This record gives sequence, C-alpha cells and structure tokens, in this order.
Amino acid sequence: MNLAVRDIRHSLGRFTLTTIGVGMLLMVVMGMGGIYRGLVDDALVVTRGVGADLWVVQHDTRGPFAEVSRLPRSLVDRVATVPGVQEAREFVFHTIQREHRGKPLRMGILGLGWPIDKGQGLPLIAGRPLAQNHFEMIADESLGLAIGEKISLGKETYTVVGITRWLVTSGGDGIACFTSRDAQAIQFDEPGESVRLERQARRGRAGEIDFGRTQPSVLERASSVSGNIAALPGPAISAVIARLAPGADANEVQTLMGGWSDVTTYTQAQQEELLLKGSVDRARRQILLFRVLLTVISAVIMALIIYTLTLDKLHPIALLKLIGAPNRTIVGLILQQSLIMGVLAFGVGYIIGLRLFPMFPRRVLVTNDDLIRVAGIVVVISVFASLLGIWKAMRVAPNEAIG
Amino acid sequence: MDGPLALETNGLTKVYGSGHTEVVAMRDATMRVRRGEVVALLGPSGAGKSTFLLCVGLINPPTRGRVSIGGRLMQDGPRSLGDLRRFRRENIGFVFQKSNLIPFLNAVDNVQIVGELIGRPASQARRRAMELLDELGVGPRARNMPTQLSGGEQQRVTIARALANQPSLILADEPTAALDGVRGRQVMELFRNVAHDRGTGVIVVTHDHRALDVFDTVYEMEDGSLRPASRPETSAVGE
Repeated sequence: MNLAVRDIRHSLGRFTLTTIGVGMLLMVVMGMGGIYRGLVDDALVVTRGVGADLWVVQHDTRGPFAEVSRLPRSLVDRVATVPGVQEAREFVFHTIQREHRGKPLRMGILGLGWPIDKGQGLPLIAGRPLAQNHFEMIADESLGLAIGEKISLGKETYTVVGITRWLVTSGGDGIACFTSRDAQAIQFDEPGESVRLERQARRGRAGEIDFGRTQPSVLERASSVSGNIAALPGPAISAVIARLAPGADANEVQTLMGGWSDVTTYTQAQQEELLLKGSVDRARRQILLFRVLLTVISAVIMALIIYTLTLDKLHPIALLKLIGAPNRTIVGLILQQSLIMGVLAFGVGYIIGLRLFPMFPRRVLVTNDDLIRVAGIVVVISVFASLLGIWKAMRVAPNEAIG
Repeated sequence: MDGPLALETNGLTKVYGSGHTEVVAMRDATMRVRRGEVVALLGPSGAGKSTFLLCVGLINPPTRGRVSIGGRLMQDGPRSLGDLRRFRRENIGFVFQKSNLIPFLNAVDNVQIVGELIGRPASQARRRAMELLDELGVGPRARNMPTQLSGGEQQRVTIARALANQPSLILADEPTAALDGVRGRQVMELFRNVAHDRGTGVIVVTHDHRALDVFDTVYEMEDGSLRPASRPETSAVGE
C-alpha cells in the first residue's frame, strides 16, 4: 500500500494547489534559464548566421558587436588575396531607431555582401531572399513588418520581401537585412542641407589654396558629389568577413594577416567569446545569478511546504510507529510525497511555461538539456526538501499517538 | 486461569526525572496475563495505568523490572528501537481512548496496513482485513474514511487493526471513554470474545465499573502501585 498516494488522495485539493504553486515557481526557474539561453543565442545568432571563419576588424577594436569598427571597403579585396581565403565580404552592422506608423521602431541593420550573400542563409519563415541590389529588405518578425510593406529609411523607401524569426541583436532588437550598400546609405544618410553645407565648405577650403584659385575645375570638383572625389574615402564598413578554403588553417591565415598594422583578426570562436565576455556578459551573469537564487528559494519553499505537510501528519506518523511501522515506511511516505510533488510541479511549470514564454518580448529558449538539468535539480531539491520533514518525523515518539 | 502466559511483568518501576524532580510513576508492578484472559486495570487518573501500558507495550522502557511477552523476555540484552518496533508490530495490538485511525486511510486500509507491515502480501492482508471487519460487524463500512464512521464503528475498526497481526497481547487504554454505555459494553464484550476465541491476552484500562463483569481478572492501580482487585459481584457475563 502506498501511503504517500493515499495521503495525497485524501487531501487532493490542498496538494493540487500547493503543487501548482511550486510548479509556477519552477516555471520561473525554467524561464530564467530560458531567458539566459535566449540572450546567449540571440547574441550569437548574427555571428553564426553570416558563416564567417575569420573576422577582420579595425585595429585594436573588438569588432562591430562590441564597439565601433570602421574599415575601408578596399580591405575586402586585400583580404580576398590572402592565401587560404576562399571568399571575403564586407560586413555592415549598426542599430537605428526610427518612427514607423507613429511608434518608435528600433532595429539592427545588417548589410549583406551582395551579390554573394542575398540572405539565402537567413532563417526565413516567409517571403524570399533579396533579389536586387537596392531597395529590398528582409525583416525579423519581431519588428512587426509584413511582406510587401514599405518603409522609408533615409532618403529611400525599402520593401519587405522576406521575414525571419529570432534574428535579433544582442539587445533583443529585431534585425533588418539589406545589401551592404543600402545598409551604408541608411547609416551615413545626411540631410540635403548638410550635404550642401559640406560641399560649400569644401569649395571654400579649395578656394583658399593657390591650386584652387588658379584651376577653376578644382573648385568645380570640390563641390561635386563626394563619391566622385578620389581623395575622399568611401563610406566605411564595419568588418570584413572571410571564409576559408577547404583545408586552410585559420590560425595560419590569422598569423599572415597579423602582420597588417591597420587591422585585427579574430576567428569565429574568438569573436563569439568576445561577444559573450563583452556586451552580454553582465546581463548573462546577472540572469545566471538570479537563476541560482531562484533555485535556492524554490528549494527553501519546497522544504518548508514538505515540512508543513509533515507537521500535519505527525499524529498519523506517531500512530504508524506505535503499530510498529519501520522507519523506511515513514521515510518513504515523506520522500515519495516530496518527489511526487516535485515531478508534478515540474510538469505544471513546463506546461504553463510552454503557453506563457512565447508571449515574452524577448526569446525564452528552453532547451532539452536545460529541461533535463532542471528536472535533475527538482529531484535533488525534492530529496533535500524532504530531509527536514524526515528529521522531524524521526523525532516523533510513538506515545504521541496516545495523548 | 490456565494456559501459556501472554504477559508477565516483575517489579516494573518507572521513574521520571531525578533528584528533587524525581517522580515515581509506577512502583514494582507485577502482573501475569494468560492467553485468552481478559484483564481490567482500574485506577484514578495519574495512578500510573498509562505508564504501565507504555512499558508493557515496549513504547517507554521501564526504569527497573522485567517484561516478558509471549514468553520472550524483553530485557534479555540490548535491543534497538527498530527491534522493539518489529516485536511490537508482530506481537502486540493497541486500542486507545480515541479511535486513533490513520485519517488518510479508509477502514479496510487501516486494518490492511498492519498485515502488510508484518510482511503479508497485499492481497492476503486485504482479505484478512475484510474478514476481521466482517467479524466485528463493520464490513459494510470498509471503504469509509474514519471521519465517516461513528465512534463505535471507529473503535471496532481499531480493534480489527489490533487483531490484524494475530497478537499474543492486546493493550487497550480506556477504549470506551468516548462511547455511550450500551456501545461501551458492546466493545468490552468484544474484547472478551476476542480473548476467549483467539487465545489473546487482553489488558483493558477502564474507568467504567459497570462492565467489570466482562473481565476474567481485575487489577487496581493507585499511586503507581499495582494490586489485584476483588472480582466484581455482578457476574453478568453475556448479558
């Protein structure tokens, strides 16, 4: 006869409510783990998504995800010539905030290396990759944009042609993908008045030198479109990403480029490590510590619940001792109840979490590994929680049943 | 009365505290109960009756003296609490003033658990439990929870539980205190029948002098001292 089950059946309402309460607590533990996992995954989704073996960034910077990195576009060609590099592409990444439909719209702008990269590797859930060099974009669903929707950024209007899922920045903002030219146009967009003032300033500076005063064509050139002036650099890119040829050693290629004094090179693993130890590190550790704290609180609450349930059973326990029940029967009663409560609460927490987590504004990523880990923790908590009750039960004297 | 001894105590003494706070709850209590004998233990509150039951029930060890149950001396060497508990579940049945049923088990489960504790298979223990409940007239109430039973029914279930391990000794502490006169007498007669029919020694602590005729032997306890009392004049056994 299973005394634990009989006792649960006898006080089913109370046990159910208690289990739901503990289950919701465990759901929060699972949720914190999921938020932690989601944060890490979100932080890595772009770096992993672009499929780079090496990241070439501005010298002594930690890359576009940690700080501003500006490189000339010509670096793409230089990297492409390094032995072992199969393909080099520009990488443009920055964050903007605009107003759309009367609401603030914050998004990460990711420039794709057209024509090699059209976004075919992105996690598309609707629409298609980019099909032309300009004025198309792929937006993450968290931005709330629909296929065919048009959005004005800078001086241009872009049409949404594809929708991704869970393509977000480490800050949780949805990412919109453009060709790198369009991404730069959005990044370096200047108002017309600002352009005119800059041209006038250039013309003024040219007029102050002898060469400018004697050569009218120089003044003409100085006030024309900046892209036509060879002396002015083109818009900067954030990084160059390189894919290595099959069999090439990343460390060797990295060493080769290590001799260039204007750039720093990171492998994909180093870039991920920089990301996790940099921009998301504090948030990650904070959530991790909070999760540990929640787990401890859950253990304490469960221990108190099991202890209280045991206190309610002291008379029957004394009675069991009086009629000669061995300690293992009494230990089994408390331990099994604790385990049943723990396992059921885990199930309740999981089911509620399944319904609730998708409503969260940021991704709550509960992996199978994490679920197994939480289940293991629940079993350990259940066992430890029952120890207090067992200790109390062992101290009950059989003659307490008589009084 | 002839037959093997169900219980024998010699010079049982129980002292609580020490020095200035020392209280002698029971002094040199000697009693013999044969199998099939039903014994009443009378005495005012605080006389030491419950202390005597706790000592012979192996719940509270005596300070001095010896207890033999079913011919086995309980002080013949060091015994752990586990050993005493095992001996208790195999040889002694308890019935108390309050019904003392396990609240989360129904009537038949309350009896069945004793059978399972002594190692009977669940099905056999259940069959035996049902037989006992039927014998005691509460078979139809087998699936009721304790709170759904009347006081008399609860005591019958408790007696069935006390019998489930086929004990050589049943200890009952004021089992009729919560019952009216008629039901109280029915319970006392039940004890007598159990003792006579099953050859079980039964000790009943009681204040109820109206049912003393049911008992084979009457002891009286006062200020911790135990002595045989005279047999009641009205011997209306079976009335």
